[in-house]
Amino acid sequence: MPTLRYHRAMASPILDRNLHIKAIDAYIDPSVPRERAIVTHGHADHARAGHGAVLATPDTIAIMKTRYGDDCAGRFEPLDFGVPLRIDDVTITLHPAGHILGSAQVLVEQAGQRVVVTGDYKRLADRTAQAYELVECDLLVTEATFGLPVFQHPQPSVEIGRLLKSVADNPERAHLIGCYALGKAQRVIGLLRDAGYDAPIYLHGAMLRLCALYEELGVSLGDLRPALDLSKAAFAGQIVIAPPSAIRDRWSRRFPDPVTCQASGWMSVKQRARQALVELPLVISDHCDWGELQQTIRETQAQTVWVTHGREDALVYWCRTQGLQAEPLNIQGFEDDGGEGEA
Amino acid sequence: MKRFAQLLELLALTPSRTRKLAALTQYFREVPDPDRGFALAVLTGALSFRNVKPALLKETVLAEVDATLFAMSYDYVGDLGETIALIWPHHGAQEDLPSLTDLIELFNTTSKSELPKLIASLLTRAGINERWALVKLATGALRIGISARLAKTALAEMSGVEVQEIEEVWHGLKVPYLDLFAWLDGKAGRPDIDQSARFHPLMLSNPIDEEKDLAKLDPRDFSAEWKWDGIRVQLVLGGGTVSLFSRTGDDIATAFPDIVENVHGLAVLDGELLVGRDFEPGSFNDLQQRLNKKVASARHLKESPAFIRVYDMLFDGHEDVRVLGWTERRKRLEAWFAANPQTRLDLSEVLPFTDWDDLARLRRQGADEHGHEGVMIKLKTSPYVPGRPKGYWFKWKRDPNVVDAVLMYAQRGHGKRSSFYSDYTFGVWKGNEIVPIGKAYFGFTDEELKLLDKWIRANTLASFGPVREVRKELVFEVAFDSAQVSSRHKSGVALRFPRISRIRWDKPAAEAGTLEDMAVFILSS
Repeated sequence: MPTLRYHRAMASPILDRNLHIKAIDAYIDPSVPRERAIVTHGHADHARAGHGAVLATPDTIAIMKTRYGDDCAGRFEPLDFGVPLRIDDVTITLHPAGHILGSAQVLVEQAGQRVVVTGDYKRLADRTAQAYELVECDLLVTEATFGLPVFQHPQPSVEIGRLLKSVADNPERAHLIGCYALGKAQRVIGLLRDAGYDAPIYLHGAMLRLCALYEELGVSLGDLRPALDLSKAAFAGQIVIAPPSAIRDRWSRRFPDPVTCQASGWMSVKQRARQALVELPLVISDHCDWGELQQTIRETQAQTVWVTHGREDALVYWCRTQGLQAEPLNIQGFEDDGGEGEA
Repeated sequence: MKRFAQLLELLALTPSRTRKLAALTQYFREVPDPDRGFALAVLTGALSFRNVKPALLKETVLAEVDATLFAMSYDYVGDLGETIALIWPHHGAQEDLPSLTDLIELFNTTSKSELPKLIASLLTRAGINERWALVKLATGALRIGISARLAKTALAEMSGVEVQEIEEVWHGLKVPYLDLFAWLDGKAGRPDIDQSARFHPLMLSNPIDEEKDLAKLDPRDFSAEWKWDGIRVQLVLGGGTVSLFSRTGDDIATAFPDIVENVHGLAVLDGELLVGRDFEPGSFNDLQQRLNKKVASARHLKESPAFIRVYDMLFDGHEDVRVLGWTERRKRLEAWFAANPQTRLDLSEVLPFTDWDDLARLRRQGADEHGHEGVMIKLKTSPYVPGRPKGYWFKWKRDPNVVDAVLMYAQRGHGKRSSFYSDYTFGVWKGNEIVPIGKAYFGFTDEELKLLDKWIRANTLASFGPVREVRKELVFEVAFDSAQVSSRHKSGVALRFPRISRIRWDKPAAEAGTLEDMAVFILSS
């Protein structure tokens, strides 16, 4: 196996390796407070509180305010999808990334060069997020959360089918689905509704605010109720959605003999599911799988690819076999978290 | 195959033992012969294929997938079978696979040259879960956290027959166990198996708690022996036939022809298999080398001859003596030895002692002078009871040696720990450099593992495939049973049974142990 030394030198006239747009002194998804930040989407490893100015889509700004408070940045600059914003000789345009509601790819243009920073993205249809748009570019900075050929995500409808079969087969047990509170929870609820499941869905307290926000922003999720005021027995045969940490916590004891489920791209690896004590793994991901990453890199026609957020090594290796220039971008604070985070 | 794949998935993912048992019982009850028998064989590890091997599967996959990407994926997933199932790039119509019986038949009858094609077409045809099960079946490594014992317990639950009765006949049975199921279903009598092929479950000991146990036990009621550092075996002498079983009942006769061809008599004996000349046990390393080979090589037979140090007797001739007390059995054993002189068997010596302090002195002396692992203490009146009965046999291990060593390399674990850096190579100072002395992958809690994993990721100097070289800054207190001279390690030292006893987050690496410190642990044997 080739040895991949870390921190190679690399340069782009527009963007440096910390995703700093030099000409306008703005950082994309900075992990420390900056004067000027462009935020791709509302997940905590991309959107942090304390920046001077935040440029983002209106949905992302609404999410940040809900999670961190109205004054979590000095100033907000909403920018709608597809509307170019010119600052000096740099043009910024946000394009849908399909990852969660409001998630954007950042297109930076300067002197005829095009750079796209994908943030997190997926290409499968999802009615709780604006649909991904392909943006051609010269330099592509792509995430690689599932950047290994073992990740071949199944159709989400198949996974929801397995869940509903298990619910039908175990009428005496509750199904507890571990979902990241922002994005995954709403997607799973949406998928259940699309599959014709119209019974009430019960929510852990951590889910309530963000589900309400999605509804406010026009994503209908059906009959949602807090998982509070029912007797243990009344949860038999019901679906409850909670953060992954809660499904193995004392909190879960209020449910009758729960089937612990988790909805995440990591769940394709059964050994992973076993480690996490997940009885019914649901492979539902909000990121591209290996094939979609390859497809995207080809379709953007980028000649240079920087890879970050995940399994950089394999995607960099593959890009090089395709004759592309490719480098891993080891951004501080983004070590592989092995499935505890959003995925 | 679909039903079997579902069973495997349920067993892999259901944490509850009760639910696993219920699923197994239901499967054995509902699935007809011979499918259920083949499933039982897979679950108990009794099945292996002559030509279908992990290497063949890997080769089949590497014809379709880049080798570097495969290696990176395997490193990440940590389980070869699962990597193959997940990475297979072709997906066909997802037709049903053949039944378990038909699949096994296919694996056994397809010619070696045709196998890659067969496997490729099966992988393509299968849905994701069946593909996973198919690869598990073909590689033989299930890794789903169920033991043969659990499968047998399910058979017992299904039929009402005691699990020990099933274990007694188990080793004389043949896949797909038609006579076993007929007996369990009440349609036939207990399978009549050859006495010499019968394995008798072993009696095991409990560790002694020096504070709590010793004060309560009267030394006059107990007998003591050295605790030998070999492997526990059961030797079944059938008066012409010989079977040699490991403690789990695996037949290991082919690896030890030097024993099997040179013993005689009619008895079932319990003892420790050791290697060395003239009944002088060599290092566990020498034994390990022989254990690694399914068939012994001529060199090993010459350089590391094996013998059994016998310490108990289950059958004297045809007579079951397990009901007798230890003293009585020991008398029988000594008489049997006198009547059947042996060149590859000897008797484990009974240690004379007056009280526990006296035995403690012996234990320390044995450890220091001969490297003995400790002593065994056996109640003189104890019958031979399979399993781990309380109050009969105790092991009293010597105190471990410890050294402070510096973490050098970390490798990702497998199975349950895949993707965590859980295998550690550590070393001690030799002048100004640190040289490796061993590897350990247990002795810490899951919480500590997470912290170690985090530390390793934050302190990586370079990565070589699955291995990370880290800053030489973290000190482990490593406990081990003994140290031996080794040509395999750069340091020239190898540790026996090393484990992490403490993580010394507080200790600077400069204060870790040196190679000179290690010298005192090396026995002059």
